[in-house]
Amino acid sequence: MFDEMRGSEGVVRPAYAELSHWLGEVPPDVLDFRRREAELFFRRIGITFAVYGDPEAQERLIPFDVIPRILSAAEWVILQRGLEQRVKAINAYLKDIYGRREILKAQIVPEDLVFQNPVFRPEMNGQKVPHDIYVHVAGIDIVRVDAENFYVLEDNARTPSGVSYMLENREIMLRLFPELFSRYRVAPVENYPDELLATLQSIAPPTASAEPTVVLLTPGVYNSAYYEHSFLADKLGVELVEGRDLTVKDDVVHMRTTEGFKRVDVIYRRIDDDFLDPLVFRPDSALGVPGLMSAYQAGNVTLANAVGTGIADDKAVYSYMPEIVRFYLGEEPLLKNVPTWRCRDSEHLSYVLDHIEDLVVKEVHGSGGYGMLIGPKADKATVAAFRAKLKSDPKNFIAQPTLALSTCPTCVEEGIAPRHVDLRPFVLSGRDRVRIVPGGLTRVALKKGSLVVNSSQGGGTKDTWVLDG
Amino acid sequence: MLSRTADNLYWLARYVERAEYLARILDTTYRLTALPLAYVGASNEWESAVATAGCASAFFAAHSEANEETVTEFLAFSTSNPSSIRNCFETARVNARAVRTALTIEMWDTINSAWLELKKWGNGPRSREEFARFLRWVQESSLRFDGSAYRTMLRNDAYWFSRLGVFIERADNTARILDVKYHLLLPAHEKVGGPLDYFQWAAILRSVSALTSYHWVYRENVKPWLVADLLMLRDEMPRSLASCYENLVQNLDRIAHAYGRQGPAQRQARAVRARLQNSRIAEIFPTGLHEFIDDFVEDNNRLGTAIAQQYLL
Repeated sequence: MFDEMRGSEGVVRPAYAELSHWLGEVPPDVLDFRRREAELFFRRIGITFAVYGDPEAQERLIPFDVIPRILSAAEWVILQRGLEQRVKAINAYLKDIYGRREILKAQIVPEDLVFQNPVFRPEMNGQKVPHDIYVHVAGIDIVRVDAENFYVLEDNARTPSGVSYMLENREIMLRLFPELFSRYRVAPVENYPDELLATLQSIAPPTASAEPTVVLLTPGVYNSAYYEHSFLADKLGVELVEGRDLTVKDDVVHMRTTEGFKRVDVIYRRIDDDFLDPLVFRPDSALGVPGLMSAYQAGNVTLANAVGTGIADDKAVYSYMPEIVRFYLGEEPLLKNVPTWRCRDSEHLSYVLDHIEDLVVKEVHGSGGYGMLIGPKADKATVAAFRAKLKSDPKNFIAQPTLALSTCPTCVEEGIAPRHVDLRPFVLSGRDRVRIVPGGLTRVALKKGSLVVNSSQGGGTKDTWVLDG
Repeated sequence: MLSRTADNLYWLARYVERAEYLARILDTTYRLTALPLAYVGASNEWESAVATAGCASAFFAAHSEANEETVTEFLAFSTSNPSSIRNCFETARVNARAVRTALTIEMWDTINSAWLELKKWGNGPRSREEFARFLRWVQESSLRFDGSAYRTMLRNDAYWFSRLGVFIERADNTARILDVKYHLLLPAHEKVGGPLDYFQWAAILRSVSALTSYHWVYRENVKPWLVADLLMLRDEMPRSLASCYENLVQNLDRIAHAYGRQGPAQRQARAVRARLQNSRIAEIFPTGLHEFIDDFVEDNNRLGTAIAQQYLL
């Protein structure tokens, strides 16, 4: 078991030396007091998320752990290079899939995996997008098992969320623990909104004016990430719009303002493909904008991320990512992939069925920790049920070994104890370059021994510190 | 600014104002019902409270009798009455969340704290003392909201639209009190100056926090026509119809100036203000009070519609 503070042998690692010192000095009730202060602060500013299907939890706070997670400058360099490489490959792959399809012709990714995938969007075939960028905002979930190896657990290339926690967690830490910051040089993350705005402006359609109008499209106040949407719109200084605020005339998108209609050039949409345009996708959706796709196809508006990016972050496609990186960039992937059995393959399936107690089985399209079996933790009945599901629809599943995820010191009821963590850095791709602010969202499984970090299932968050030199 | 944002700001302000108004109605009703019958007559004050709140038909669909328990529940805590104090705060917060970016942190904090605090009251207070505290708290929340808007908002269209909400709602509320109570103000009723009227008029004045102001303005005993004059035509009285329209005209003019365009809303507001300015209570009072108020309520609704069509839709 690798702990990021104490390593595998119980020796405090250099990046954590000061923190370990400090944790030894600070009385436990001070930590507890600060934790409650943080909670009060989050509750007041309303940084909440909703858990669907739980009326009591319409607005729940994500537990915040006051002990930061620390990455050294050297570790960050590895991550940064690996992330940039991975997102470049994802963009090249999407351009290819909706264009010449070289990778399918070369039989590196199987055709049916693309064409029979519900997240593949035939509407995007042959569609040009500005500067060939499809994924402008990516959230890449990273885990580690030891001091050397970082694995990508999952790519999020559709509408990744969580960046508001990265920013607010840092704000609250600066407020609560100024003395700790004086002992470290922590790289700032507060410039994320500026970087995001620069990215969004850089991909405006050619027909836009010199100062393109950017908006953030939200499904509305009942969406689980609504707080983040309003937070980001505020920091970006752009309008937070809902579908009903927009209208399409002559293939140009406009928003309704108190002074009449105003043209919109770039839409940072936080709403899924399915709901974007009832004329093209789900006809029953009231969240989207009729005619939006036709404006998009006419090249009069840029959607960030592009439509159809799900074909890159699908869990079944995930297992091909190392090949995808090699194919487009001619480089060895810097970040590892977790070994993955594709149940669509009959040999893999029989291996998975034989070893199901040792594996994590995931639904290809699942997210948020739902539709997932953690073999070693599941009871017999659950395993049997999953076995049946697997046999009836093998294509819908992949399996991975249970990784011994790294742990970080965390405040829990019994005091400070190691808990498993992951990391979601955010990668911005614009016309000019790729931007990654040093840090990301660290999620922590607060239950002892638990590997599930999802906020909908009892996970919490931490501030993530990348040391500056 | 987005039309929806303006709409949310407008309704946010209206709902907060409405919550305060409901608290005032309940407060005065409690005071009236606490008096011996000989001082206030045999009328059912709880029924009158429901009428003044403008939800009589909804109330009687849910309850057969208007009494302290049913009316308090319905006006303050009901989840089924869309205009209960609870739902006003609930709706205000939904609107506030939708336009968080257009609010200052102080305004958001006020409305969010009020909403969190409301949960602590559960299904209502258990005693009259607690209820009195609740009503004070509602009024204080509204004052804090209004005050934080006044002190912290940029003076731009966001502020002006929120002011429009306050004054349209306030004008409607004042007119509604007059509408329900006008028969008491008319001289034909009882003998003028009797104790019964006195406490009713005092209650009307109190419900718009004008009892002290009245004496400063008129330096006379409470007289029905002067009560009507104060609430309708005196623009130094902040809850009077005249003052509301003075503010509506000003804020609409600022919007028109900023956008470089006048429209039906500006014309409608000015027409109503002119009518109020040109009226004399001595002419309205004996014969046309009811009609005047009825017309006003309609005009006020018309202005609401004009604002919505011009800016909010």
